[in-house]
Order: sequence, then structure tokens, then C-alpha cells
Amino acid sequence: MAHLTLGIETSCDETAAAVLMDGRQIRSSVIASQEALHAPFGGIVPELASRRHVEAVWPVVREALTRAGATLADVDGIAATAGPGLIGSLLVGLSFGKAVAYAIDIPLVGVNHLEGHLYAALLEHEDLIFPFTGLIASGGHTQLYLAEAQGQYRLLGRTRDDAAGEAFDKVAKFLGLGYPGGPLIEDRARKGDPDTIRFPRPLPQGGAYDFSFSGLKTAVVNYVRGARCEVRGAVGPGQALPKAGAASSAPTPTAFTLDPVLLADICAGFQEAVVDALVRVTLAAAKASASSRIVVAGGVACNGRLRSKLTQRAADERIEVYYPTPSLCTDNAAMIAAAGYPRLLRGERAPLSLNADADLDLGLM
Amino acid sequence: MIDLPPEGPTAVCISASPEETRALGEVMGRHVGAGDLIALIGELGSGKTVFVAGLAAGLGVDPTAHVSSPTFTIMHRYLGRLPLYHIDLYRIETPEALATLGLEEYLEGDGVAAIEWAEHGVRMLPKERLTVRLRQTGLETRTVELVPAGDRYRTLLRRMTSDLAAATRLLA
Repeated sequence: MAHLTLGIETSCDETAAAVLMDGRQIRSSVIASQEALHAPFGGIVPELASRRHVEAVWPVVREALTRAGATLADVDGIAATAGPGLIGSLLVGLSFGKAVAYAIDIPLVGVNHLEGHLYAALLEHEDLIFPFTGLIASGGHTQLYLAEAQGQYRLLGRTRDDAAGEAFDKVAKFLGLGYPGGPLIEDRARKGDPDTIRFPRPLPQGGAYDFSFSGLKTAVVNYVRGARCEVRGAVGPGQALPKAGAASSAPTPTAFTLDPVLLADICAGFQEAVVDALVRVTLAAAKASASSRIVVAGGVACNGRLRSKLTQRAADERIEVYYPTPSLCTDNAAMIAAAGYPRLLRGERAPLSLNADADLDLGLM
Repeated sequence: MIDLPPEGPTAVCISASPEETRALGEVMGRHVGAGDLIALIGELGSGKTVFVAGLAAGLGVDPTAHVSSPTFTIMHRYLGRLPLYHIDLYRIETPEALATLGLEEYLEGDGVAAIEWAEHGVRMLPKERLTVRLRQTGLETRTVELVPAGDRYRTLLRRMTSDLAAATRLLA
């Protein structure tokens, strides 16, 4: 008989539920995004997020069941995200899942959100098997793992400061583009030249597979301030900066009105620096651990430039790269159900005392 | 009329590099005590997280526990000779949002609270605090202004003045 897994995900700003059949077939996947709610703030507002989760979780679960043509009575097990994430948000989905599991007496397992991201790729690619090198890059995470087997993950590297997606968001906000930063910067970058402005690709000392994006963010801020000084003809700290050749000669009315060509080049140069760092470190880690497969997941995995560059470079090393489709790269509940399914199948059942953990490590569950 | 704690005198340091900004934080980390509140104010890229990384080192936090941006999770906790609560209000833009975070338990508690983007919570935070204002003056250079509010922080600043001067060039 078919096994129906109900996945619930509320670790950050999306309230998501999904029904998965036999761990592979997505019967439904519903995501109530809070993007519109948070856009005016240029990022997620945690307190608003948890309040919206409370309002949305039951309607979203009900919608997922309806679209799957199922009722709660048909569900065989529940997989809910237990961490890492915003604690107030995590608690909503996990508590809801525990309450339902208790009420109708079915098993529940807590899923690590990061393992879920890796399972988004396993869910879609039947030929993808363990072991593989997994890069998770999103607004809150930039981590590199050696995924040895289901439930066995070894941390190879991580960001020392800002997450890759956080760098996209903060630079986009600084440039006056809005939120979320990833797609907005990628869109501008398509019209720009990635080689006009060469931003630094800082690789931290020590940890061989670590990342650092804070210095890059500062370099963009410095560049824009320098370019603005030139535009205004003012003497500023910009004299040591690279020439902002495409800058308009007209004075800028506001701090953030940049010439569209210059803006496109800044976006292209910034994106290229992030992509270069992610590609270089991920490939080095995969080669060192003799992986023939790489998985890239998380919101930043939607980035087209990252996909094309990494796939091409990896092919030179005879490494195959797997990406989830964009709708499964960003937070969703189908990936949580997929990660929980093998454990539910083995008869695992979390105690009702299971708690959410904002800093939950991958590999310790 | 608000009853404001006595402010100043202010110390102004010139940092020539991220390393010097970090060194200033490290000096502070050696002198702070339980319950101290450090409010960091400065634009994107001015060195707030770098300063807190130094603060953590001065508090004896294990160097392998890299101090990373807490923008996403709002707070990171590090253990040194005292706990360090590294808080980031970047995404907190209303007093209502701040009020529901429950930060009180980390302030004036067993550890040291370092709050980035403190201006987002300036009216909600305790009036007595040591404000660290970072200003970008060049590609690498920053002025780091230390503004004590209240006797507790005036004493703290006096105690670390000579160490700060040794770490960088103290102007005033």
C-alpha cells in the first residue's frame, strides 16, 4: 500500500506543507510565501514571521491535503522541520505536527532543514545516490557537507561571516533594488559585464573549504560610494577606487540613483565574485573527498550563473552536478517529507518531547 | 524630561584596517564584565561584526568558533570566560517587533550583550550602555567612537583607555 507522508516546514519565512507518496511522488506542495509581507523591510522580520505561521499553518496543510485528494486519515506519517531556523517560526510547524500526530496517532519525525535541502535533489533525480558533496547556499546558510549516507553528514566548510544569500540580500538592499536580492541582482547582472568591475574573492585563512562574503559586501559599498563621489565631482575617499567609467555625468538626485549600465555592471561583478567563490571551494572539496557527484541546494542554487559555471567546471573534472528545480531549491515541505520518509518507513517515531532547535547541527539527529 | 545617565567623555580611535578594528574589540573583550551592554552602530561594511569577533576573542571564546553574522537568526551565543550574546537588529524595524523578541533575558544577565544595528532598538534598550559608533572614512580606515552612558560604562572606558591606545592611535 502506498505510504503518504505529510511534510511541514516553517523554519523561516515560508509556511509550507506537502503530501509525498512513497517518498518520491509529490502529490501536492503548497507554499504560503511571506515575501510581500517582508519586502518593505528588506528582509525577514522574525516576529511577523511567527505570527503569520500561526495564521497560515492549518490552511496550508488543509490545502496540501485537498490538492493531494487526501484527508488527515490517509496520512501515514508526518515529517516536520525541527531546526535550524528562527526559533519562533520553527515552533509553530513542529508543534502543529506533533499535535496532529498525537491526535490521530501516527508517527512524527523531526527533520533537519539542511538535510531537507539535500533531499530536494534526491527527490527529483532517481540516479543520484550517496555519497556526494553537498553545498547548501541560502539567505541563512552557506555550508558544504560530505553526505556519506542517509543521516550521515560531515561538515567540510561553512561561511565565516555572511551567508551567500544574505550577501545578495544586503547588497540588493544597499543598491536600492529590493527584496529578495538573488533574483533582482541576477536580472540586473544579465544586462551587465561581469569583467568590468572585479570585486575581491576573499577566501579565509585556515579552514580549507570555508567561505567569506562580508568583505565582498564592503567592497561593493566602497565601490558605489567611490562612483558616487566621481559622479558628483566631489573629492572623496574614491581616488583609490577603480574607475566607474560608465557613470552618468549628471549629478545623482538621491544616494541610490545609479546609472543603469553601471548598476548592471556592479550586479554582474558582484554575482561573479560570489559564484567564483562557491564554484572554486565546492569543486576543491569534491575533489579532495573523491566525490563524483555534487548537490547544490538552497535558494542560491536558483542562480543561473552559478548553475552554468559550476556544471561546466565540474564536467572538466568528470563530476556531475545535481540541482533541484528552482521551486524545490527554496524552502518547501516536499523536501522535508522526502528526508523524513526513509526514517518513518523504518518505524522511527519522535517522542512528543521533541523540541525545536534554532542551531541544530546536521548529522547529530 | 527624560532622566538620562551622564554621557562621556568619549574616546575616538582610528582604525587603519579590519585587523585594528578587531584588536579594539579584543581589548574591550578583556575588560567587560557580566551584564555589560555594548551597542554597535554603523553602516553596512563599517566593521561591526569584525569588532564583535575581536570582542569574542578578548572574552576567551574558542577561536575555532567563528563569529558569523547573526542577521538571519537574530542571536548567536558564544562561550568564553563569560557568555557573549551577539545580537543583530538589522531586520527588526519596529518597536513592536523588538518588544516580542524577549531580549531582556540576555541584557543585564550573566553575560555580555553586543548588539549590531542597535539604532533599530535605541528607545527600547537600557539607557546605560557603551555605544560603539563605527564610521567609514576610507577604503580600509574607520573611526571607532566609544560613547559611555552611565557611571558603570564611564568607569569601564577609563579602565581600558591605555590598552585601547596601545592597540591603535587614540585621538581623544
